[in-house]
Amino acid sequence: MSGALDFLRQLRKKPTGIAGFAGVLFFFMFALVIPFFVPVMDTPDVSAIYQPPSFPAHPLGTDNQGRDVFNQMIHGGRDILLVALIAALFSTLIAVTFGSLAATLGGRVDQVILAITDVVLTIPTLIVLIVIAAIARPSSFWMLAIILALLQWASLLRAIRAQVLSLKERDFVEAARSLDLGLFHIIFKEMLPNMRSYIVIHFIIAMTNAIYAQAAIVLLGLVPVAGQNWGIMLYNAQVQGALYFRDSLWYILSPILAIALFQLSLVLLAGALEEMFNPRLRSA
Amino acid sequence: MTMVSTPAGVDLQLKVARRSPLSRARGHLGAMLRRPIAQALVKALLTIYATVTLTFFLIRLMPGNPVDNKIDELVQGGLDYESAAAVASNLFSIDLNAPFHEQYIRFMSDVIRGDLGNSFLATGTSVMSIILSVLPWTLFAVGSGLLLSFTIGTTLGLLAAYKRDSIFDHFFTSVGSFISSIPDYLIALSIILIFGVQLRWLPVAQMRGAYSSGIQPGLTGEFIGDVLFHATLPVLTFFLGTIGIWILSMRGATLATLEDDYVTAARARGLKDSRITTAYVGRNAVLPQISQLAITTGAVVGGAAIIELIFVYQGVGYRLIKAVEQRDYPVMQGIVLVTTTAIVVANLVADLVYSKLDPRIGRAGGATGG
Repeated sequence: MSGALDFLRQLRKKPTGIAGFAGVLFFFMFALVIPFFVPVMDTPDVSAIYQPPSFPAHPLGTDNQGRDVFNQMIHGGRDILLVALIAALFSTLIAVTFGSLAATLGGRVDQVILAITDVVLTIPTLIVLIVIAAIARPSSFWMLAIILALLQWASLLRAIRAQVLSLKERDFVEAARSLDLGLFHIIFKEMLPNMRSYIVIHFIIAMTNAIYAQAAIVLLGLVPVAGQNWGIMLYNAQVQGALYFRDSLWYILSPILAIALFQLSLVLLAGALEEMFNPRLRSA
Repeated sequence: MTMVSTPAGVDLQLKVARRSPLSRARGHLGAMLRRPIAQALVKALLTIYATVTLTFFLIRLMPGNPVDNKIDELVQGGLDYESAAAVASNLFSIDLNAPFHEQYIRFMSDVIRGDLGNSFLATGTSVMSIILSVLPWTLFAVGSGLLLSFTIGTTLGLLAAYKRDSIFDHFFTSVGSFISSIPDYLIALSIILIFGVQLRWLPVAQMRGAYSSGIQPGLTGEFIGDVLFHATLPVLTFFLGTIGIWILSMRGATLATLEDDYVTAARARGLKDSRITTAYVGRNAVLPQISQLAITTGAVVGGAAIIELIFVYQGVGYRLIKAVEQRDYPVMQGIVLVTTTAIVVANLVADLVYSKLDPRIGRAGGATGG
């Protein structure tokens, strides 16, 4: 708990960090908590198509089928957020495990892992994702998250590996090694605690990548996710031509702004954390 | 034994004698592989190989793969299994009776010969010719967008680092971090929404497509003007989507370089500021940007699919989405292979340019990792 307080105290000095943190907190509340208190209202109403924003009936107006946009916004963030969290978790897990293994073991293992990483790093993620999604039709968001994670761990692994390589030379790791505490102990007890902040930062960046790719394939209509989703709102707007109607401004701008602001909050938070935990950047 | 006169000579001769021809050959290969150019080449071939294998896996082995699906579809349409399999193997040009590893080798050798099969829908049209007809548009749009953003972005980043903490610096750093965190397809949608639909500054409907249908393609001023007109929005999106990266990373790299000793030394020697900026700081700060450029090119070509769909710009990405909608697997598979190859080549070129520009890499070797 004191760690969290300390973290907030440090964050206070960074205005962009506060903005990012507040934004992330807001979107988590908005997408994961508020939906429990607001019922879904998605019955089309032909008499109320493209209503301008009005309070309290339709704070963000209505869409091309007369459904309330604000209600869709409340319920449309959950899947995106959960997929991003799960994907980031899996890709971080892959990257941390194999990145630290590569760096500590060195030699052949390192070479093989690095070669695979280079290959995955070069393959055009989104194109492969489009083809996999087209063939596999990931219907559950677990499957989508795992596919995303499998395509996105590479740059993270490189960063973790570099970090472990530099930690490896430090005295406390050297001490643990001379005490013969074993590889497992060295990686999980000595190195990982020292990379905690680093892993958190990359977890956040992995989330932004997952959101980017995920909203992209939802927008392309490749994921048959039922229900409400900011990406599906954009997909409908694109396919049904609502994008080209002047009255659809609020309907289309809402998911665009939500995704963009959430991404921005995550990036700002990651940037502030990086400055907080990296003394070299702080002094520069 | 006459040769052996010094202890060093003995040592050398013993070493040579102990090494088998095989290990000597491996030594040669090892020395060659340690050269950065060879490493880059091996990496490139490995990536292409992995992509071909992944594609084969997706098309042939994955549960619910297109070949099995097609056979099921034909069987349900009233065909018996044998003739359905025959039709499918003809369509995919895969010999379904052969064992998997033979199918794999056949597939591999077809790809190496540039034979990517035929489109399902336009019978007799080779996938290669389809890709070649759309590839130039993507290369043109992505290429000009990235070239513009790279030159303008790195210049702005360099200037921001020089005028550190000025209004100029704060403005472009904020704009850079803001715009680089927004997905490019949202930028594209916003352009249509705001400038096309709300403000009506841009005739977005006329700007669809790669060129107007009535115009004869050729090296005429009219055609070139038309092509530029249609490419404006995709290029603008690629530009806005990537410029933030260049501003931020160039600013960071320049700040780091400015603290280096040789810059201080150059200043102390009384060299002109303009010379220090270009030859000392600029050259060294731009080096890491070049490898970043290759990675970004890959990401942009991949992301181009959605941008092209949004603007109805008939490039590779647009064609890919159409192939996905039509379940035209040979075209999908061909586009994955060709774009990956294009990106791998871009990376390779970046590696080569990098080692040319940074003499340290060429000499020390192995410095490319990390």
